Amino acid sequence: MTELLLGTKKGLFVLEGEPGAPFDVTARAFAGEPVEYAVRDPRSGRVLASVTSPFYGPKIWHADDPAGEWEQAEGVTLPEAGDAALQRIWVLVPGADDGTIYAGGDPGVLLASRDGGATFQLNRGLWEQPSRERWQPGAGGLCLHSIVPWPGRPERLALGISAAGVWLTDDGGATWRRGNEGIVARYLPEDPPADEVALCVHQLQRAAARPERIFMQFHGGVYRSDDAGETWTDIAAGLPSDFGFPLALDPADPDSAYVIPLVADVDRVTPDGRVRVYETRDAGASWTPRGDGLPAEHAYLTVLRGAMDQHGAGESLELYFGATSGEVFGSGDAGATWFDVAAHLPPVHSVSAASR
Amino acid sequence: MPLVRLRGPLKQLAGDRAEHALAGASVGELLHELEREHPATSGWILDERGALRRHINVFVNGELGAQETPVEPEDRIDVLPALSGGR
Repeated sequence: MTELLLGTKKGLFVLEGEPGAPFDVTARAFAGEPVEYAVRDPRSGRVLASVTSPFYGPKIWHADDPAGEWEQAEGVTLPEAGDAALQRIWVLVPGADDGTIYAGGDPGVLLASRDGGATFQLNRGLWEQPSRERWQPGAGGLCLHSIVPWPGRPERLALGISAAGVWLTDDGGATWRRGNEGIVARYLPEDPPADEVALCVHQLQRAAARPERIFMQFHGGVYRSDDAGETWTDIAAGLPSDFGFPLALDPADPDSAYVIPLVADVDRVTPDGRVRVYETRDAGASWTPRGDGLPAEHAYLTVLRGAMDQHGAGESLELYFGATSGEVFGSGDAGATWFDVAAHLPPVHSVSAASR
Repeated sequence: MPLVRLRGPLKQLAGDRAEHALAGASVGELLHELEREHPATSGWILDERGALRRHINVFVNGELGAQETPVEPEDRIDVLPALSGGR
């Protein structure tokens, strides 16, 4: 049984099912409130959700049963009496060591919990970056949306910030450095300074079987790094567009990646009115469209950065993605064929898959 | 003392009590005092800068107020989600 946690504009939806047929909606929480992201920590079984009430501000909540009582996490805040306020928590990621949960948010901040998500602390190293005053928000704000731990190496972490590029640490977050070499931004002049930080990363994912490899969906570009995010190679050739948001990988195959191209930043819908996921199995040298079972006519969907996830690995790799139209699609055979998971939901912000 | 009135989740966070007689000379002082008496309300009405959240309205005796609005001992302060926050 697969569980999907869907963060939507109008609450958290929990779906359960088997690949190949529509899933059942088994719970809804935070009705009416925007849920940016939710994840079940596979180590503890605890579900964490980030909720941005337009009235009461951003909070992180946790529950053992998403249909039951939720508790508010403590410490989800910026320094008191400062100049900035926390706007949103974009993503929640279990860390490499037991009990660690990372939260990424706007304005470009990282928070860490060492007790499974009950309490969080602001990462001061990133907060006090001298270049922070030059960081610029993307259309969605100054969002830290990608956190990629290194399996077995809790001191190593890569972050993606829109629009402040890639940040790397080798000392557990005490110090940070940029990892932007090779990235070309078409919205900047041709000769940006070497320390340019206005880089609009849309999503990062690390290859589990080869942790020094990271894939990136950029704001106009798809990239691969084979040196843990220090330098980047453009791998977008063969895609109908190099613009998009989400990324998924097959944990069993470090040469694999899945993207969902959209037309362009000025037209953020699936190209040609067809919904297709593009797959590479050679680290980006070539791409194959995977659309069997997906809408193929007059389908202009937008899939947001957190709205695709994978579950399992290899030939039985499951892939799921949701659209702002409220439709959710899935594949139980690594993208070869697709089925309708759900429809008529609120706009989908995020999709997170787990075993039940 | 001025009477701060809460509804919905704010009431629940403040000990499930709707009315709170609090000491203070301005709306802002009352809201800080509410946080001191009921720490669970911290971050819900005022953000970490101490600013009133954008889509929270405060009314003093029925008139729209602000953090700096002075209050008298017999005043009634309603803290309500604003129409502007609905989406």
